[in-house]
Amino acid sequence: MEPLLSETEATALWVTLKVAFWSVTASILPAIAVAMALARGRFPGKSVLDGIIHLPLVLPPVVVGYLLLVLFSRNGPLGLWLKSTFDVSIAFSWQGAALASAVMAFPLIVRAIRLSLEAIDPGLESAARTLGAGRLRVLLTVTLPLSLPGLLAGTILGFARSLGEFGATITFVSNIPGETQTLPLALFSEAQIPGGEAAAVRLTLISVAIAFIALGASELLARRMRARIGLKERGPS
Amino acid sequence: MIEIRLEKALGAFSLDIDLTLPSDGISALFGASGAGKSSILNAVAGLLRPDTGRIALGERVLFDSSRGIDTPVRNRRLGVVFQDGRLFPHMTVRSNLLYGTPADGTAAPPTFDDVVDLLGVSHLLDRRPGDLSGGERQRVAIGRALLMKPDVLLMDEPLAALDGARKAEILPMLSELRALRRIPILYVSHQMDEVVRLADTLVLVDGGRIAAMDSVEALTSRLDLRHLTGRHEAGSVLRGTVTGSDTEWGLTELSVGGAKLFVSTLGLERGTPVRLRIRARDVAIALTPPEDASFLNMLPATVAEIAEADGASLDISLALSDAPHAPRLWARITRRSADRLGLRLGLPVHALLKTVGIDRHTLAGPHK
Repeated sequence: MEPLLSETEATALWVTLKVAFWSVTASILPAIAVAMALARGRFPGKSVLDGIIHLPLVLPPVVVGYLLLVLFSRNGPLGLWLKSTFDVSIAFSWQGAALASAVMAFPLIVRAIRLSLEAIDPGLESAARTLGAGRLRVLLTVTLPLSLPGLLAGTILGFARSLGEFGATITFVSNIPGETQTLPLALFSEAQIPGGEAAAVRLTLISVAIAFIALGASELLARRMRARIGLKERGPS
Repeated sequence: MIEIRLEKALGAFSLDIDLTLPSDGISALFGASGAGKSSILNAVAGLLRPDTGRIALGERVLFDSSRGIDTPVRNRRLGVVFQDGRLFPHMTVRSNLLYGTPADGTAAPPTFDDVVDLLGVSHLLDRRPGDLSGGERQRVAIGRALLMKPDVLLMDEPLAALDGARKAEILPMLSELRALRRIPILYVSHQMDEVVRLADTLVLVDGGRIAAMDSVEALTSRLDLRHLTGRHEAGSVLRGTVTGSDTEWGLTELSVGGAKLFVSTLGLERGTPVRLRIRARDVAIALTPPEDASFLNMLPATVAEIAEADGASLDISLALSDAPHAPRLWARITRRSADRLGLRLGLPVHALLKTVGIDRHTLAGPHK
């Protein structure tokens, strides 16, 4: 019996999930910090930070990919630093693909977390302070638990964005099967060659299936979470 | 002693407060909305930073601008009950109650069980605030503030969002709080019935300033303050003791400054101190005690003060004895009646009160 997926397709699926998982996982903590700063902080250069964070949303992905290439190629300033300090190179590797995905998804994750942070009644945090809680305890016991819906929404959104990342990835780390070839890149390749239609359709179906599973899981989690934190109606924005 | 001296500019409004409160009992900050009551409370709690001033609990200085002291909110050990409760929606009632309990102070009174019993929330412990009624939420909020073992309890209109029935359910609990932990309570309110019911000291706040501070009885009997104390349901507050009961007629006898007063039965033991609020419009004046009127209470009194009220009315303050700080009744009668009776200062008269004018609602219940 013919396997459901060809080896190339299975590899592309695996690379995609690996890249998306790591890009979101690595983004979460910095995204919380940045969302905190943007939602609560008052510091000079706040609007500049806001602009830089949101840049990938408005720039063509190819431009982002090219900038990453310039910075992280073997001779780029950050590429050289990584090589000399940690002896690693992320250009043309799946880690590079994860970085490209992360940069593209970052503004979406930050935005979702920031919105839910801004929706928290600051009165609850002052109430916690009057009860003797220091900054860290307020953050861990009040602020973060109450922003969980946004955190979840941001994670799912970031994950979905990573699954579909194309322009920045192909520009930065190219289209190397087994290393950087994710589902969209594989689909692109198949669509380029005569007789690749069947494979293209299968890849399309896989993409649709993953998207549905991700959405369903997020809806389920969100519902549970909202019930847990006692919010009747406040969807992930 | 609680010392509160502060100045704070808040846009066009400014606070200029100089207040020394007793370190025992309930002090009510009373005034219209926007008078600055809550701002004073927030400054004490540390949630509002005064421009200049000094806030101290006895020896413990919480804020002193001249010495650069500004104790962080979390170290002030003041239990705050907010108008909207501010329970943590993601925690159970139990976790909310225990949030502020100091790790080393669990043995200090009151215990968790005492508070839960007093406030009647034992059946709610595993629920979340979203499932509670307004009254239940405020009870939990009060419990949470008590269980942090505070040095002072600050209550910012804790009952304002509740209807009459819920209020009536919580008010007695507030009177009993002090049995659990003897600490001063600062109580912000714009409802005179709550103040009468609870407060030992009344502080009138008006336009960001302290207009007056004294006992509830003294301030409510002053006609010059009636624009602050009696905007709604003007009346005076008297202190009395239960002296007997008349089961045949369903009446309770009270002694108020030596005078006898009958009210519908209260079911209280002889000797119980009570505080009653008598609305100015429930008091009539006669030169001689009428023989054939239905008034059950006729108290000899002297006209102590006469002041203009709105339009056709006059406010008359009646001293119930000749003593310098005798309890005073406040009567609102028409200008025409006053003229007909020839009321003038020092004139001996009789104050006529309908028994029904003193019902359970205006009666402040057992009061120390």
